[in-house]
Formats: sequence, structure tokens, C-alpha cells
Amino acid sequence: MKTKKMKDILGKVAPLLALVLLFIVLSLATEKFFTLNNMMNILRQTAVNGLISAAMLVVLITAGIDLSVGANAILCACMMGMLKTSFGITNSLVLILVCIITGVFIGFLNGILLTKMHLPHPFVSTLGMKNVLCGLALFVVSTKTISDFPAAVTFLGSSNLFKVSGGFSGIPLCFIVLILIYIVYHFFLNKTALGRMIYCVGGNPEAARLSGINSDNILIFVYSLSGFMCSIAALVIVGRSAVANPSAAISPYDTDAIAACIIGGASFMGGKGTIWGTLIGALMISTIRNGLTLLNTSSSVQYIVIGLVIIAAVFIDVTRTRMEAKAKRLAAK
Amino acid sequence: MSNYLVELKGVTKRFPGVVAMRNMSLQIRPGEIHGLIGENGAGKSTLIKVLTGVHIPEEGSIYIEGNKVSFKNPNEAATAGIACVYQELNIVKLLSVTDNIFINKAINKKGSPFLDYTKMHEIAHEVMLSLGQDIAVKKECGSYGMGIQQMVEIAKAVLIDAKLIIMDEPTSSLGEKEVEQLMKTVRSLKEKGIAILFVSHKLEELFELCDRVTVMRDGEHILTKNTDELDNDSLISAMVGRTLDNQYPKIEAEPGTEALRVEHLNSAGVLRDVSFHANHGEILGFAGLVGAGRTETFRAVFGADPYDSGEIYINGEKVVIKSPKAGIRCGMAFLTEDRKGQGLVLSQSVRTNLILSNMRRCTKGLFFDEKQIDQLAEENISDLKIKTPTADEVVGQLSGGNQQKVVIGKWINTNADIYIFDEPTRGIDVGAKVEVYNIMNRLVRAGKCVIMISSELPEIIGMSDRVIVMREGRIMGELSRKTDVLNQEIIMKAAWGGEIR
Repeated sequence: MKTKKMKDILGKVAPLLALVLLFIVLSLATEKFFTLNNMMNILRQTAVNGLISAAMLVVLITAGIDLSVGANAILCACMMGMLKTSFGITNSLVLILVCIITGVFIGFLNGILLTKMHLPHPFVSTLGMKNVLCGLALFVVSTKTISDFPAAVTFLGSSNLFKVSGGFSGIPLCFIVLILIYIVYHFFLNKTALGRMIYCVGGNPEAARLSGINSDNILIFVYSLSGFMCSIAALVIVGRSAVANPSAAISPYDTDAIAACIIGGASFMGGKGTIWGTLIGALMISTIRNGLTLLNTSSSVQYIVIGLVIIAAVFIDVTRTRMEAKAKRLAAK
Repeated sequence: MSNYLVELKGVTKRFPGVVAMRNMSLQIRPGEIHGLIGENGAGKSTLIKVLTGVHIPEEGSIYIEGNKVSFKNPNEAATAGIACVYQELNIVKLLSVTDNIFINKAINKKGSPFLDYTKMHEIAHEVMLSLGQDIAVKKECGSYGMGIQQMVEIAKAVLIDAKLIIMDEPTSSLGEKEVEQLMKTVRSLKEKGIAILFVSHKLEELFELCDRVTVMRDGEHILTKNTDELDNDSLISAMVGRTLDNQYPKIEAEPGTEALRVEHLNSAGVLRDVSFHANHGEILGFAGLVGAGRTETFRAVFGADPYDSGEIYINGEKVVIKSPKAGIRCGMAFLTEDRKGQGLVLSQSVRTNLILSNMRRCTKGLFFDEKQIDQLAEENISDLKIKTPTADEVVGQLSGGNQQKVVIGKWINTNADIYIFDEPTRGIDVGAKVEVYNIMNRLVRAGKCVIMISSELPEIIGMSDRVIVMREGRIMGELSRKTDVLNQEIIMKAAWGGEIR
């Protein structure tokens, strides 16, 4: 019994230990790494992936996947750009509202495709959606990069708290918001009926249906929530870069998010995953990127390392599942 | 040389906790059609799997044409000339008939790495023709009906020069004409000297086709006789001839008002004009063979599957139920036969599974009322005697019986009025079975309506107040504990094609 608990705890903190180890290695490798301002940089760089990972996590829990997350976020940003340039709308509230509506609507569509139109696996439908959205993003702003957004739109992505000019760069607001959202997620996933139903639909959709849970509605909600998180990520992207760049739609937001969730303990088989694990996963990825940049490695090496981390993460996922199955078999004897 | 093509002597096959086949003997003569019959779980499948090398028996010996063999895998059995056409066909629907026939023995052009399709098509066409099927072998297998797909399987067996072809309920998914064609083919195979082991649930087919019939029961050989020495009654009593153990704690409760009435329920190809009613305070048993439409009836009533026509009344009021959610709202609980696939979320805790059907009622404002859930889970665990270290244990870790109690707990927590138990004691040990019966008794005593679908006749007879027998999607008749003698032979006769008078 005791060893089992130890194993449980070890399994839970293993990603955290890996992150700490990574920090130690990078601190030893370069003195530029472990400084207050660089730590703030990492948090800043984590925000976008963290938000999109939260979108991805809930989808993964239902044994699904959403490959359209990145393209969705960029489309949300470009929709604001279109309103500004083509219609001359500069009212921040309108822009933000359209951004959020776009994201939620795209997510809702993904949910409908999966449940009501019976597409076989969300991999297919969201892959298709990703391409559609990439095209739409280019289309709505006529392939131009749009800049000069009103301050209220860029506020979330660009502001820093407790900033000292020339010294402390400040705590990025976007990361604080990310943490607040994660806390809401934590309570949502663990303490509400809807949250628990999401795990149950992921673990066994047929048992959930026969127990009176409307699996279709749950799935539509999950994909809509994913779209909502993408729209928030869009606001941070616009805030950080000060532009809406349609060609960013093909950036690997989706794979980064999947990697973060898997590193944090989610599984492609569904039914598993926690929001805090996902935070560690997202931090790990931005830390690797940040560290490698400080070490002056070329972008080619960064791609290779991130790629290997993704493979390792999936490998860890399947090995963990196999070990658990083996333990179960042994326990049954 | 021996007189027998295949002979089994004292073969025993054990699985953890059960003896699936005990001291089995069987003799099949060359070129005979040998029928095999027995109740669900009598050991027929085990016998087939031992003969085809899927299972390796612990004791006993198998002889083929007098030579002792011990198959280590299905390939060795095939080489020895034993082929099997399983109930679930092994057909790749998107490949052509030829490709399917040659799936593991394709012919190459001489001295070339490429397939000799001309030759393969020719042979495939010839074999199909010899089975009475003049079809285009280049077409996809899936474009043909079940009858022809089955013939493709038989063709595979013929091409490996099988001496014995086992057919596992070959007519179960065929139409009338296809059955006729199959019979013709089976007879022509016999003329070629191939022996057939014909496993079937349908007595009339056995009488029409077989030279001899073997009956199995509880994993043992009961009898083998020439078909002309047998009749319906003697076969049925041989199949069910066991004595009832007194392991059923039946209580007599006072039946109350009508809880559920179903009228003229139809579903194309599955249910035909099913009408019955169930009362409060009684256990209504549903007997019949696997596939008789019992589960399908209640999946339709509960809202899990759509149906074509029919009316459902609950407490005398007409209701329309289109989803399990609606079924639950009408006061129904449905314990499915497949508890792992349909009853539980194995990766979640006992606690979560216990509230799976009424999560929304366990909240206080936005969040779960953890205290209420803890209390409920503790109550369930002690009431139903669920053996689990804590309520937070993952359900997949529990034993079958305890998992089943969690499913029952889940439904009791919805405060349902009508409990449909589909094979409630399948795969659980005897002790847990009695506990499940006691829970059913408690429900009945509390005035609930309990419906029990079961393929175990002793259980049906031991626990039911009334019994309804189904066969091929129809209700064949009804027996009552008060007015009729509940006995296995009467029920079996109805289930296997007779009438209840």
C-alpha cells in the first residue's frame, strides 16, 4: 500500500522534477539564464502556449484532439484586423467581442462536425478546419499584416505589473491571467458535475451515454471551450507582437500544446490529465526554447530538441500506460 | 488405421477459476456431418478452439486419423486438415473474393516476384463454382451478401484440403434461401469425403442435415447418437438435464400495480410485435437464447436504441423515450450485460461511478457537494457490501462481482422504479451471485419492479415470479410461478422453437 502511494506521488511530481532539473542544467550552462528578468521572460513566453494547452487539455481528456487551435487563434486576431482596416472599427469592446465570438463559433463547429455529422475522428475534422482557417485568416486581411490596435486590445498581452524602468521588467499580466484561468479550470474539472462528466465521457463514452449523460452536448461544449481559449490566446498574441500576422496561422501552436498536455500527464486515450501538469508541460517547452536561445544555438537545433521532447513525451505516455496495464494484470493474479 | 478422422479422449481445458471442458470425448468419422449442440456456456466454443489449436488443453489427447497430435497454434491445426468457419467471418471486405481466398497462400508467377492473378482468379472461380456459386471473383467481397461471404470462408477451407470443416452457427446470420444453399453445399462437401462439425442452435437443421449429433452440457460430453435415434424432447432433456441447486434465496412478495407495459414493439430485423407488462413487487424473468432479442427489447425501451413502432406505458401513462437520459427520467435503470464496456468508466473511482447517473443532483450551487457524495458512497459500499479499500479506488481494480455491485449502486442512487438487469450474474463468482439476488429481493420488497434477462435457466427459474420466453425477436410465451410449473424443459422448448401450451 505504502509503496503504491509513493509511486502515485512520484508519478505526479515527475514532470515537476524534470522541470527543476532543466532549470539547474540551464543555470549551470549560462549565467544569463537564472536572472529575475529572464524568469519573467519565460513566463511571458509561456502564456500563449499555456492558454492553447488549456484548450487542448479538455479536448484530450475526451479522447479527442483539436488541430485547429493555432489557426483559430490567428483567425481571431485577423478578424480584429479586418474590422479595423476594412470597416474602420476601433472600439476595443467590439473588437474583443468579435474575437471571442469567432473563436467560440469555430470550436462549436468542430463539435458539430464530430457529433452531429459523425466524422470519424476529430483528427480529420480539425485538420481540415485548420487548413480552412489558415486560408480564412489570409483572406480576411488580404494577406496583409495589421498593426496599430487600440491599447485596450493589446493590454492583456503587453502590460507588466510592478515594472521598474531600467530594472525589473515586471510580472507579465498575461501570465497572471493564465494562472487565474488555470485556477478556474482546476475547480471546473475537479469540483463540478460538468467537469467530471467530461472525464467520464472521455473514459467510456458509451457507459456515460447509458448513464444518462448527453455525450454529444458535452463534446460540443468541450470544443466550444477550446475555441474560447483560442480567442483569449489571440488577444495575448496581438498584445505581445502588436500585430495580427495571418501567416502565423501555420506556426506549430497545436503540436506545442499537445506536447505540453502529454508531458503533464494527459493521454491520447482520454480520461486523464490535469491542468497543473499541463502548466508544467507548457513551462518546460518555453524553458527549453528560452535556454537554447540564450546558448546561441541556431533555430535548427531548437526545432530538433523540441521535436525530440515531443517524441519522448509520447513515448513516456505509452510506456506509462503499458506499465499500468501490467501492474493491473499482476494485481489481478 | 483408425475408423475415426478425429478423436478426442479425456480432454480437459481449464481457465483461471473454471473448468471450461472436462474429460471430453468425441469421435468424428470421415465424411460425416456431425451435429454439436448445447446450451449457452456448455463448452462448445472451447471445444472448437481446442480442435483448431487456439486453446491448448491441459489433459487428454487428440488423434487425427489415428495419429496423436498436439496443436500448439492454429497453423498446426490447419496443416493437419482442420478448418473452421467462425460465426464472425474473417473476411476483408474491401479485397476481392480471390484475394480473400488466397489471403495467406498467394501464388506467384514462376520465377517472378509478382502475383499470378490469372491463375488465382481461375482457381478461385473454380472453387466457388464447386460450392455452387457462379460469381465474379474479381469483385470486392463486401459487395456480396453474408451467404456468399461465408462460402468464401468455406472455399478457403477447401483449398487447404481440409478433412474436417467446423461450422460455428453458420446459419445464424443467413436468410432462408442462403440457408438452403448452405445445406446443399454442406452435403456436396460430404460427398467429397470432407467431414463437417456443424454447431447449431436450431434443432430442425440438425435433424435435416446431420448423420450423428453430440450433446454437451457444463463442459462435458453427454451423448452421441445417430440422428434417427433422437427426437426434440430427448435432445432438450439431454441439454438441460442438470438438477437445480438450492442457491436462490427467492422471497415471495405481493405483486403490486403495473409498472411497465410495452405494446407491439417492432424494430426491423430485430424485434417483431413484442408486447408484455411488468408489475411492481415482482421479478419478471426474460429467458431465451443469446440473440433472441431480449437485450434489444430493453435497449429500445430504455432509449439506448431507436425502434420502428410500438408504445411504452409507465404506470399506465404513455411515454416517448428517445435517449437513455429520458429513460432514466421515466424511472428506469438499465444494468447492461457488458459491465466493463457499457456500465462503468473503469479509469474513474468507485465514488465517481456511483454517481455517474445523477451527477447533477449531487451539487450544491456550482460545485459538487462532497459531503453528500462521501456519505452516499459510504452508504452504498456498506449496503451493497462492495469490497474496496476506499471509495477513491479506481473501479477497474475491483473484482467482477464488486464492479457489478458498483453498477447496481449507480442505479439505486437514481432512485429508479423499474430495474432492468441484463445478465446480472455473468462472470461473477457464486458468493457474489447470491448477494446480487439478495439485492434484487430487497428491491422487490420495496415495491420496485425488477426485470431480469438471463441465459442461465436455473437462475431464471430460481428467482422469477413470471417468465417470458423470447425467440428470434418474438415473445413465445409466458409462464407464472403461481399457476404453472416452472421447469427448464418447458422453457427450453419455447426457446428452441416449440410452443408453450
